[in-house]
Amino acid sequence: MKRVIVIGGGVAGMQTALRLADDGCDPLILEKEGELGGKLRDWYVLFPTFTPASEVLAELKGRVIRRGIEVRTSAEVAAFTPHSVTLAGGETLACDAVVVATGFTLFDARIKEEYGYGIYDNVVTSADLERMFAEGRVAKSDGSRPRRIAFLHCVGSRDEKVCQSHCSRVCCITGVKQAMEMKRLFPEADVFNFYMDIRMFGPGYEEMYREAQQRCNIHFVRGRISEASPTIDGRIQIKAEDTLTGRPLKMSVDMLVLLVGMRANDSNARFAAQSGVERSPSGFLAPKSLFLDGVRSTAEGIFYAGTVTAPKSVGECVCEGYAAADAAAEYVKER
Amino acid sequence: MAAINFGYTISKPRAIDIDRNNLRKSDEILHEMPELQACIGCGSCTAVCTAGNLTSFNFRKVHTLVRRGEYEGAYEEMNKCMLCGKCRLVCPRGINTRGVAMLIKRKLGDF
Amino acid sequence: MMKRNSWNEYQKQIADDRYYYGRSCIRQNFFPGSEKAFIDILRGDLGKDLLDDPLHSSCTGIGYHSDIVPLETIMTVVARQFALMGEAGYENFVTSCITSFGVYTEVLATWAEFPETEERTRENLFKATGREFRKPASLAHTSDVMFHFRERIAAQAARRLVNAATGEPLKVVEHIGCHYAKIFPKSGIGGSEFPYVLAGMVEAWGGECVDYPERRHCCGFGFRNYLVQANRGYSIANSHKKLESMAPYKPDFIVANCPGCAMFLDKWQYAIAEMEGTTYGENGHGIPVLTYEEMAGLVLGYDPWELGMQMHQVDVEPLLDKMGVDYDPAAKYLGRNGKYIGKPASAVVNCSATDTVYDIRE
Repeated sequence: MKRVIVIGGGVAGMQTALRLADDGCDPLILEKEGELGGKLRDWYVLFPTFTPASEVLAELKGRVIRRGIEVRTSAEVAAFTPHSVTLAGGETLACDAVVVATGFTLFDARIKEEYGYGIYDNVVTSADLERMFAEGRVAKSDGSRPRRIAFLHCVGSRDEKVCQSHCSRVCCITGVKQAMEMKRLFPEADVFNFYMDIRMFGPGYEEMYREAQQRCNIHFVRGRISEASPTIDGRIQIKAEDTLTGRPLKMSVDMLVLLVGMRANDSNARFAAQSGVERSPSGFLAPKSLFLDGVRSTAEGIFYAGTVTAPKSVGECVCEGYAAADAAAEYVKER
Repeated sequence: MAAINFGYTISKPRAIDIDRNNLRKSDEILHEMPELQACIGCGSCTAVCTAGNLTSFNFRKVHTLVRRGEYEGAYEEMNKCMLCGKCRLVCPRGINTRGVAMLIKRKLGDF
Repeated sequence: MMKRNSWNEYQKQIADDRYYYGRSCIRQNFFPGSEKAFIDILRGDLGKDLLDDPLHSSCTGIGYHSDIVPLETIMTVVARQFALMGEAGYENFVTSCITSFGVYTEVLATWAEFPETEERTRENLFKATGREFRKPASLAHTSDVMFHFRERIAAQAARRLVNAATGEPLKVVEHIGCHYAKIFPKSGIGGSEFPYVLAGMVEAWGGECVDYPERRHCCGFGFRNYLVQANRGYSIANSHKKLESMAPYKPDFIVANCPGCAMFLDKWQYAIAEMEGTTYGENGHGIPVLTYEEMAGLVLGYDPWELGMQMHQVDVEPLLDKMGVDYDPAAKYLGRNGKYIGKPASAVVNCSATDTVYDIRE
């Protein structure tokens, strides 16, 4: 049987391995963390249905286990070619093809210094908020209930100042989802979302946005927050332009949530240099074609699944798992 | 103490200060007509506005300011509306814009 | 204590010795003791070599920012200062003004980005003066140098930035000045959002910095804006906004990095008080505004009148009393050689008694 190594055990990698097994190949998942699941392990519920992430993850992991797919955790990849993968420890594994499903890196909000993340209490990221939801303890740092909450879209996305010109796509709908969750937890609180554009690209997203506006009374202000600073009573003062009225706007809030974007992994540059695949200007790996070969790389025998090529939703990553597996299976069979 | 005239005065801040503004009227308006919050700022209403094409009336801007608690002059602005209803025809969110103009006038007559 | 975690990422090279000193235009008038204090501290207290060159001129930054002096001209003026420095055998330029510092940084960046502009400047300078120049090995603002030696100054301190009666640290508002790091964030210690240049001194000398909502806001100086009377309303409104924002924290004093900011935050308190009757300091008076040299001078035990603190709009005596500084109230308006220099009329922001010994001499 042909051995195909899947680098990365997130949703895309797991689905790729499952499909490879269906296609009659012998998949091996290499996961750098101690367990499968990738970024989804840190997420609480998923847009637009509020489905628990753990449900999706448990189902996928269950299938991987039941199917008896070989998995190596705590296995960080140092380098790969279509026919071999070298681990950080120096061990080299032979294979017939490689599917790269190494995902993305969350933007480090500290880089946007003007928002004071890591300096001011009660400035949190969307990822922090998911963790708080999962732990069932959403509150200000002093344990009290927030009365006014602001979400800021596009932190580390569409921002040339931090070398992230691309749109991370899923943060807009995440902002809507999290705003609704906050409103559910704190019905008496005012929730404001500050955005540059609202990009509701998926099925049910626009409907969810409308529900957030009309039913949940969440205020959407078109304008990017320019800075956050502390107030004497331990709140956060934010400034933005309300561009639809053409006036500067300021207010103090109890919590500021930064919707952090998805950026390309630093390892992409190394992988591109070593194995001859190409990178997009955004730093994500570039597929052979955006139309007909979205899961193929520019090098023979190397395939892509998931967010290694661009920001994507969970559903899109799973779909790419099928496509990448089929493309890889077709390739190894022809050889 | 007599104030000295230096030939200029301290400019007042232009920022909309949500901490200072009283949002009670705004909340009342949104409570009566929650669909107004579904506005996506496309400007269709203002583009077709009979009055807005000939005066400074900007329906989208005025109701956005009202939602932020900036009531001053809103009643007078809304009085420019001719109630022709064209804005309601074009609104992609299906907002009863004509009703919004009437509601704002009813609520903010005192401002 | 204000939290910050990024200032270490914004470091710059600051020379240890042998500085060529570039003075400020307006400080000579508004804070005339500060530049002298810088020279005295560097030479006297720290034993450093600093050349105060009478040949150097204004950087023409005020004219440049008021659209009077063109870019080519200011580049040539900057080149001339560098030429004078080279001729005197120095290579570390230190300037006493944020505007100048911004201008020098901008000109050097322009030359690096567009080498043809540097070539043209060389030609212009040679044609105009017959001089040639080398770019400085290091460029620093005087506050950078003071920051550089903050631990040594702390070790030599005669007193600290604490309330002598309670032992509590003094609460200090630090104001940086836009052109220090907002144009080139990497050129300032701590970057533009959480600059550490003044805060580092305050903390090293026992004080505590206040982080208030409008900390990063501009003082409103803006050159052509305040120069024209019709524009002064929005110029002063910026200082007004800052003072309103910092007042609830009850700062003991403000320390400013930039000549314009120090002047504005001090003198606008007078204008606001006279126009609107609002004051921001203790007991209905103003908040004292210090330059960093004055702050360092007080720490090192200099006499406040020797530091030129009688030239402030807002009286500094409440701060001096708080710090336990020994001073002679009667000597406040005595200039060099004990000559009476005149005394301002009393104003709301001021607190000293108006009937002092000088009236008798008058």
